Amino acid sequence: MMNDAFDLRLAETHIEVHKFRSGAIVAATFLALILQAFVPVYIPKFAVLDLPLLITIYFGLSRRNPSTGLLLGMVIGLLQDSLSGPTVPLGLYGIAKTIIGYLASSIGARLDTEHPAARLALTMMFFVVHQGFITLTRRLLLAEPEQWFTLRLAIAAAVNAVVAVLLFAVLDRLRRS
Amino acid sequence: MAGIPSRHKSLVLLAGVILLQVVLLAVQIKRDSQGRLLRVWTVGAMSPFQRAGAKGIGNIRGTWSHYFALQNTSRENEQLRRENDELKLRMNQLQSKATEADRLAALLNFRQAQRNVPMLAARVIGTSADSASQTIYLDRGERDGIRRNMGVITPDGVVGKVIESYRDTAQVLLLTDKDSGVGAMLADSRIQSPVGGTGEPLLSMKYIPTDDTVNLGEHVVTSGMDRIFPRDLPVGVVTEIKTGRPFQQVRVRPAANLQRLEEVIVLLTLHPMEQRKEPAAPAAASGKSVGGTAAVNP
Repeated sequence: MMNDAFDLRLAETHIEVHKFRSGAIVAATFLALILQAFVPVYIPKFAVLDLPLLITIYFGLSRRNPSTGLLLGMVIGLLQDSLSGPTVPLGLYGIAKTIIGYLASSIGARLDTEHPAARLALTMMFFVVHQGFITLTRRLLLAEPEQWFTLRLAIAAAVNAVVAVLLFAVLDRLRRS
Repeated sequence: MAGIPSRHKSLVLLAGVILLQVVLLAVQIKRDSQGRLLRVWTVGAMSPFQRAGAKGIGNIRGTWSHYFALQNTSRENEQLRRENDELKLRMNQLQSKATEADRLAALLNFRQAQRNVPMLAARVIGTSADSASQTIYLDRGERDGIRRNMGVITPDGVVGKVIESYRDTAQVLLLTDKDSGVGAMLADSRIQSPVGGTGEPLLSMKYIPTDDTVNLGEHVVTSGMDRIFPRDLPVGVVTEIKTGRPFQQVRVRPAANLQRLEEVIVLLTLHPMEQRKEPAAPAAASGKSVGGTAAVNP
C-alpha cells in the first residue's frame, strides 16, 4: 500500500494521495534550504523567492495529510529560522510554515490541486497568508512595527506563484507511479 | 489523543505545535540569544555544502574564463595593453598629485594607523535564509581566530560585525540590518552620530541636530566610538536629508557594495583603537614619504 498511489474518498470526490520516492522529501527540503541560503550571494534578487515555503506547499498539497503537512512545515520553518539572522527568532517562520503546511494539506484533501492554474492561485494565496502570519507574529510577539501589505509583497507573491508552477511540475516526477 | 475524534486530531496537533513554538519565541525574547544549539547544528550541517558550492562556482568560473571564453582574448589583450600603458601614465600623474591632496593624506594616515591591526581575508559562502535579516556567512571561523564583535570591512568601507563564530564559519550582521549600528561621523564637519541599518539598502544617521549643517554627497566615516572599528574607515555617502525636530533624517548610501559581497576582510582584534595608538604619531609624520600607492588602497 505504501508503494502505490491510492484513492481517498472525501466529500464525495476522488482525491489521490501521492507517495514519493524514499528520501525525496528530505532531499528536496535540504536542497531548497541550501539554495535559499546560497544563491542570493551571487544573485541578490533570488531572495524574493521562498523555496522552503514552496516545498511546504507542494508536499502539503500532495500528501493531503494535515498532521504530516503541519509537522513538515514546522521542521522546514525552524530550519529556515536557524539559518536566518538575529532579527529572526526561532519559531517565526516555524509558526507560519506550520500553519501553511496544515492549510495546504487540508485544502489538498478537498480540492483538485493538480492543474497549473489551481497551483498558481493557491501558491499566491498561501504566500500572502504566510507573510500575514509572519507580520502578525512580529507585531504581537516581537512588538515590531511591520507593514501588512507592500507592493514588494504583491510582486513576490506573483513571482513565487509562477516559479511554483514550474517547480511543482519538476517535483511531480519524484512521485511513485 | 486517544479520546479525541480522528478528524480533530490534526487540529489538536496544530494547536500543540504552534503553542510550543510560541513558547520557544517567548523564551528567546526574554533571554538575549547566545547562539542556540539548533542554530549551531544547522549552520554546521549547511556550511560544508555552502563552502563546496562556493568553491564549485569558483572552479567553474575559472575553467570557463581560462579554457572556454577565449574567443576575443587576443583583441582584448591588445586593448588591455594599450589601456595599461595609459593607466601607467595616469597613475604617475596621480602619484605626484597625491602627496598634496588632503583626502589621500587622510587615507594614508589611516592605512599607517591600521598597520598593527591584524586582518584576515574571508570568502562569503552564504546569506540569510530570509529577506528580513541581513546577514552573511564566511568560510572562516573560530579556528582562524574570528570572534564575536570583530569588525568586517572591504577595501571600499565598513561591512558589519561578526555576531556568531562557529568552528569553521562565522555569521556577520551587515550594516543594513535593522539591528546593526556603527559609531560614525561626517568626514568634513566631524559631527558624530551613530549610523544604523533600516533593513533597506540605505542607512540612517539618526542624531544630527537640526541646527547642524549636512551636505548631500558628504562622506561619512567611522568615529571609533563603538570600539569595533578604527577611526576614519569609509561608511558611506549622504544621499538624502530631511528636516525634522529635534534631529534631521539623514540617509546614507553604504560605501561597500553590501548587495554583492564575495570577499571581505575581518579585523582580527576586539580593540582596534588600542592597536592604533602605538604607530599613530609616526604615521602622521611620515605620511607623505610612504607615497600614493598605499593611499589608493584603503
